[in-house]
Amino acid sequence: MTAEKEENKTTEAKPALKISEINLQFKNEVKKIPGGERMMLCFQCGTCTADCPIARFSETYRPRQLLRMAQLGLKDKVLSSDQLWLCAACYTCVDHCPQDVEISSVIRALKNIAVREGYMPSALKELGGAIMETGLAYKIPELRLKKRSEAGLPPLPKADVESIAKLINRTGFGKLLEKGGSS
Amino acid sequence: MFLGCAIPYRVSSYELSARKIAAKLGIELVEMPDYNCCGLPLDPASHDVMLTLAARNLCQAEKLGLNVITLCPGCAGTLRKVNKLLKEDKHERERVNGFLKEAGLEYKGTIEVKHLMQVLAEDVGLERIKEAVKKPLSNLSVAEHMGCHIVRPQKHIGFDDPENPEILKSLIEATGARCLDYMDEAECCGAPVAGINDRIPLALTRDKLSHMKAVNAQAVITVCPFCHMMFDTNQMRIERMFNETYGMPVLHYPQLLGLAMGFTPEELALKELRVDASKVVALV
Repeated sequence: MTAEKEENKTTEAKPALKISEINLQFKNEVKKIPGGERMMLCFQCGTCTADCPIARFSETYRPRQLLRMAQLGLKDKVLSSDQLWLCAACYTCVDHCPQDVEISSVIRALKNIAVREGYMPSALKELGGAIMETGLAYKIPELRLKKRSEAGLPPLPKADVESIAKLINRTGFGKLLEKGGSS
Repeated sequence: MFLGCAIPYRVSSYELSARKIAAKLGIELVEMPDYNCCGLPLDPASHDVMLTLAARNLCQAEKLGLNVITLCPGCAGTLRKVNKLLKEDKHERERVNGFLKEAGLEYKGTIEVKHLMQVLAEDVGLERIKEAVKKPLSNLSVAEHMGCHIVRPQKHIGFDDPENPEILKSLIEATGARCLDYMDEAECCGAPVAGINDRIPLALTRDKLSHMKAVNAQAVITVCPFCHMMFDTNQMRIERMFNETYGMPVLHYPQLLGLAMGFTPEELALKELRVDASKVVALV
C-alpha cells in the first residue's frame, strides 16, 4: 500500500512529457555544431555525472539529464535551463565517456544555440563586450599598465581592435552581442 | 610570449617570476605584438568566434615565424586545440580562413604552441633545471594543482596524463622540494563557473584545500592564473564561508623554482600573493 502511494506521488511530481514540447529537428541542429555530432550516441550511463566535479557540489547540475533532454528534443526546456551554464569545461567527462561523446562539447553546442535564441548570461555578455572593445577579455585599468612599467615589465601590446571587431562581426556573433541576452 | 588576458589583468606576479626563470634558463621571450583573447571565454557563446579569435593569434605568431609560449593553461589548451584542428582538418581550415580573410589574414599551420611547463619539461629538460638550482628546497613539502585545460581533453591536447599528472610533480621535485599526493588531485578548481555561480567554485576549491591540508602540504603550486586566484585570492573568503583556517601559501611554479635558483622573494613578487608566503621563504 505504502509502495503504491509512493509510486503515485512520483507520477504526480513528474508529469509525462508532452508531445507538443518535443522538437524532432533539434538533434540535427545540435549535430551541426562541431562537438555536438555524437550526441545521439549517449546511452545514459551517467559516467559524466558521476565524475563531474561541479555535480558533486550542486544539488541540480546533472550533465546526463541535459544530454537526455537534448536527445529527446526538449528544445525550449534545455535552452532556457540555468543548469546549462554550470559546466566548467574541465573536460573530465570528455575523457571518461565510454561512447566517446564529447559531453562538455555537446553542452557547449547547446549553449551556442541558447545564445542564438537570446539566452546569454550577463557574465558572458561582458566578456564579449570587452573583447570587442579592447581585444582582451578584461579591460585592463591604466593603473595596472603603470604598475607594469614600474615593475620593469614590457608594455602590453596594443591590439588592432578594428580588425578584431571585423572578425567577430563576420562570424555573426557581433549581432548577437548587440541584441544582448537575458539575465 | 602570449600573455593572454587574466595575467596582465590580475596576476602579474606569475609573469614577473616566469620572466626571471626563463632568462636564467636561456629562454629568449619575444613579445607577441597585437594579440587578442585566445577565444576560450567566448566558446560558450559561439564556437566560430572562439575558432576565429584563436586562429588570429596563430596567424600573428606565424607572421613572426616563432612558436608560441603561454603561461595560462586556458590559452595553451585553446591555441593547441585549434592549431591541431586547423592543421588536420582541411574543411575547418578553409572555413576559418574564410572568416580570417575579412581581416586580410590566412592561417597556414607553420608553428607550435606550448605552455611554459611543457617548454620546461620538453625543451629545457629536468637536468638543466636541476643544474640551475642553487638552493635545493629540501625542507619543503608541497601539493601541486595542474589546471584542467593543459591536459584535457587528452585526445585534443596530448600532454601528460590527465588521470595521473606527473610533469608538474617532476618539475617541482627538480627544485628539491617534495611533491605530495592527495585526494582528488586531478580535479578542477571550479574557476570557470565563478561568473555564473559563486558558491560551487568556492566549495570545490575548499575541498581541494582540505585534502592538501590533510597530507600536511606547506604550500600549493599552481601554473594557471585562474586556479591561482581561486586558491590564493579567494582563500580568505573560503575560510570565512566555511569557518575554517588554512593559511596555505599559493605559489606560481616559477616562484618556487625562482627561490631554488636563488632569486630573492622581492624579485619574484612574493609580496603580491594574498596569502602570506613567509613560512615558505623561511624554509628555503
